[in-house]
Amino acid sequence: MSPTALATPFLAAASGDGGGYHAPEPQEFYQPLIGHGDWALTRPIVVMAISVGLIAWFLLATTKRASVVPSRGQWVTEALHTFVRNSLARDIIGSKEFLRFVPALFTLFSILLVNNLFGIIPPIQFPTMGRIGFPIALTLVVYVVYHTVGIRKKGFRNYIGGMIPKGLPGPIYILIVPLELLTQFITQPLTLSLRLFGNMFAGHMLLLLFITGGQYMVIHGSIGLKFAGAGSFVMAFVLMIFEGLIELLQAYIFTLLAATYIAAALADEH
Amino acid sequence: MSGNIAILGYGLSAIGPGIGIGLIFAAYINGVARQPEARGMLQTIAILGFALAEALAIFGLVLAFVFK
Repeated sequence: MSPTALATPFLAAASGDGGGYHAPEPQEFYQPLIGHGDWALTRPIVVMAISVGLIAWFLLATTKRASVVPSRGQWVTEALHTFVRNSLARDIIGSKEFLRFVPALFTLFSILLVNNLFGIIPPIQFPTMGRIGFPIALTLVVYVVYHTVGIRKKGFRNYIGGMIPKGLPGPIYILIVPLELLTQFITQPLTLSLRLFGNMFAGHMLLLLFITGGQYMVIHGSIGLKFAGAGSFVMAFVLMIFEGLIELLQAYIFTLLAATYIAAALADEH
Repeated sequence: MSGNIAILGYGLSAIGPGIGIGLIFAAYINGVARQPEARGMLQTIAILGFALAEALAIFGLVLAFVFK
């Protein structure tokens, strides 16, 4: 599969041939490459496979011959790993138990970082996390991990009991217990996946709107609209830089929240 | 004029998080200005608060597309 095969569906969807301009829609994120229906090989899964291969190759290549005086690649890997290990895992989970979660957090962070950045790197330019299935899968991993470590450490009864604040007047508990359980079991994973999905999806829609809109105005518009189209391209360029920032931030936030949830599950009675 | 009223719902749901995120970063800037060495600790807390406040706007966005 050539890189252009990955890049073409957008252009096909975007060329406003006949019948005016079509604004980008959520359907544009569904791009089957081979086959169709439920078992189609879609573009995000190909991007995800590429990212996994890329990360595996990079990490192996830079750590196989690790030396005391690091090469440039080894320095990058070490800096990223140190960042996740120290400022995410250790600061949030605490120095006693953080070490066993570092591999999981580093995996999450690197997968998200590469996949998110693929959203603006040509010729791929597709945010994998703009398809809700991918954030849900990652969230499922985090969900299972933090509930499992919580139950394993405190036992089921104490774990559920620890979620509910102590020392409130009796009747308040009728309100608090369902709310707290709802937060822990439904709202937290829901927001975790929707936050990532929403940011990637909305950011990409915005870029799509400015680029396809600019293209349409430049090609089909009158002279005034052609200038507006040029302005739209400038906006798309600025937003692409902004989008890069958002993508870095979202990879960080997802890992940060995963660490926070694990820390909350491990925390002693509050 | 044509469009979808659900997008208005998204606009409404973005007001609260917009104000909230503004307050969070205002407090963060204040804190760093007063005590620059606390930057690292404050940054984590500020971004955590930002992520939690942002969730409502994201709900609005997703629901605007769901109930289209």
